[in-house]
Amino acid sequence: MKTESRKDKLQRMLRMMILIRRLEEKSAELYSATKIRGFLHLYNGEEGVAVGVMETLTPEDAVVATYREHGQALAKGIGAGAIMAEMFGKQEGCSRGRGGSMHLFDAATRFYGGNAIVGGGLPLSVGLALADKMQGKSRVTCCFFGDGAVAEGEFHESMNLASLWKLPVLFLCENNLYAMGTSIRYTQAVQELAAKGAGYGVPSAAVDGMDILAVEEAARIAAEHVRGGNGPYFLECRTYRLRPHSMFDTEQYRTRDEVEEWKKRDPIDLFIQRIKDEGIWDEAEYVAMESDVAEEIKAAVAFAEAGTMEPVEDLTRFVYAEGGRP
Amino acid sequence: MAVMNMVQAINSALALEMALDDRVLLLGEDVGRDGGVFRVSEGLLERFGAERVIDTPLSESAIVGAAIGMAAYGLRPVAEIQFMGFTYAAMDQLFTHAARLRSRSRGRFTSPLVVRTPYGGGIKAPELHEESSEAIFCHMPGIKVVVPSGPYCAKGLLTAAIRDPDPVLFLEPTRLYRLIKEEVPESDYLVPMGKARVARQGGSVTVVSWGSMLDTVLKAVEGRDAEVIDLLTLSPFDVETVLASVARTGRVVIVHEAVLSCGLGAEIAATIAEEGILHLRAPIIRVAAPDVTMPMPRLEGRYLPDAARIGRAVDQLLEY
Ligand SMILES: Cc1ncc(C[n+]2csc(CCOP(=O)(O)OP(=O)(O)O)c2C)c(N)n1
Ligand SMILES: [Mg+2]
Repeated sequence: MKTESRKDKLQRMLRMMILIRRLEEKSAELYSATKIRGFLHLYNGEEGVAVGVMETLTPEDAVVATYREHGQALAKGIGAGAIMAEMFGKQEGCSRGRGGSMHLFDAATRFYGGNAIVGGGLPLSVGLALADKMQGKSRVTCCFFGDGAVAEGEFHESMNLASLWKLPVLFLCENNLYAMGTSIRYTQAVQELAAKGAGYGVPSAAVDGMDILAVEEAARIAAEHVRGGNGPYFLECRTYRLRPHSMFDTEQYRTRDEVEEWKKRDPIDLFIQRIKDEGIWDEAEYVAMESDVAEEIKAAVAFAEAGTMEPVEDLTRFVYAEGGRP
Repeated sequence: MAVMNMVQAINSALALEMALDDRVLLLGEDVGRDGGVFRVSEGLLERFGAERVIDTPLSESAIVGAAIGMAAYGLRPVAEIQFMGFTYAAMDQLFTHAARLRSRSRGRFTSPLVVRTPYGGGIKAPELHEESSEAIFCHMPGIKVVVPSGPYCAKGLLTAAIRDPDPVLFLEPTRLYRLIKEEVPESDYLVPMGKARVARQGGSVTVVSWGSMLDTVLKAVEGRDAEVIDLLTLSPFDVETVLASVARTGRVVIVHEAVLSCGLGAEIAATIAEEGILHLRAPIIRVAAPDVTMPMPRLEGRYLPDAARIGRAVDQLLEY
């Protein structure tokens, strides 16, 4: 197998970050045009986390995500078309149009769902990892969740179980400092979330989530620990959501200045600067990449537009197994 | 009097109760600095301070659990859960403690708390944000369940719920938050719990409904001799008002947006069958959602009962 050059690797990672960013921008636009209904939570500003972490996972590893999961879904390999069609509520979507933005699922890429319940994915990932362990599979289950989820009982129960049973779970916390309209200042007695691991005997680390290469490095240590059969690992990625929580957020809980300050640390800009610093930046290739991404998004929207609605008779399907008992 | 929507009416009830009784306090996610996910508690933090308008972390179980403890010590906590789908995370505390404290201690301890939560569909939101699982809560003895259908009754019922000596689940039909505006007194008043309201008088058929379905029902029965009962309190429900109407009309349609099976409609139908079957001139009809998870927004219209379906059920009984 030909090894990928440093330049190719960084370009591939940058392309994925940009693809995520453009998909989010397009989704916001289509939401305003009521093409996308339901709720929509965008990932702008946090792309470095999903893309950096995904670099360290294999196709066999599983991902469990939250309702802010378009980035993880794309980076894990679900096509932009299947995601867009899902948000349009079309049958061609990855959850046949029934999951929407918050409930993307895909068996082929081992993407075990977005989850509208904050903290809801954590126990699921314990179960996936336990099954892997029982079946002798050395796969990682990477569970993404926000800083808000750390306050839920599920986080604590899952950390303890995974540690107690030495399960291959990578607990991946995206600490963007806010849970909806409330700052972490008002919700966590100990705001250094990585410190929580110690009480459960789970090795932990915190990393700058705006620096994709730092994320990748930290995630690689974490994933290798987990893959090596040493039990779970807790990685806190410190990041920031550059857009409102959802499409209904008036952002009274933070100042414009604060957001502007963070925009200076936009992970895409930082990464471009880093590539330039390494002397492997190619402006012409970047321009081509942007237009290539634009084409991909355009094709995704066309795919979603052309998709079909679930037939009326299917309304009552998929509640129970079909065709009698297995 | 002032013209208010339901958000304003609920805010007004909370503000008045907090001003009148310093034991009343609010707690929940984003209720303080952010003013609440639907802006129901807007301005209350500024007015009453962070000791009485408490921003909590995402901890539904502990929010309700803490409310139980405070209530047991004589405070009057009003907890907000951001959507009914998230009350499931708090159900343990609600069912295993709040509902039973009085019974378990034979009346020595009580938990006079209110859990408020947005409820029901029709807002083009995904599942878990459009839940109408009232029947699950009605099934649990010890909890009262209340659903207003407009700003006036929302304010009066919430006031009654806060003053009630027992735990109350106060369901706020999300679709109605800003849909209906009506005259609402600025001072405090009660709409008594446990009492249904005759929303429209008629003699040939009784339609029983509640919450956001009421508005659809009233449209559906236009031009028909139908009496419409707005249940308001779902548990314990006002059997007397329902039976009195059925005694006159002899025909009943029950409409709810929750799924059909084991829905509250079943309990109402069973009660009518047990206590009023001799009045019936036709079978009881339930109009409800199919037994499936709420589909995505574009299919919402196929799921929620609409005026056409309700109208057909009413006509079917009138022609029986
Ligand atoms: C159990 C539960 N409670 C409340 C909510 C409403 N809610 C949705 S997202 C959110 C904030 C979550 O914050 P965090 O975990 O930090 O993730 P972020 O949105 O910042 O990515 C809240 C309160 C929910 N979806 N589930
Ligand atoms: Mg957060």
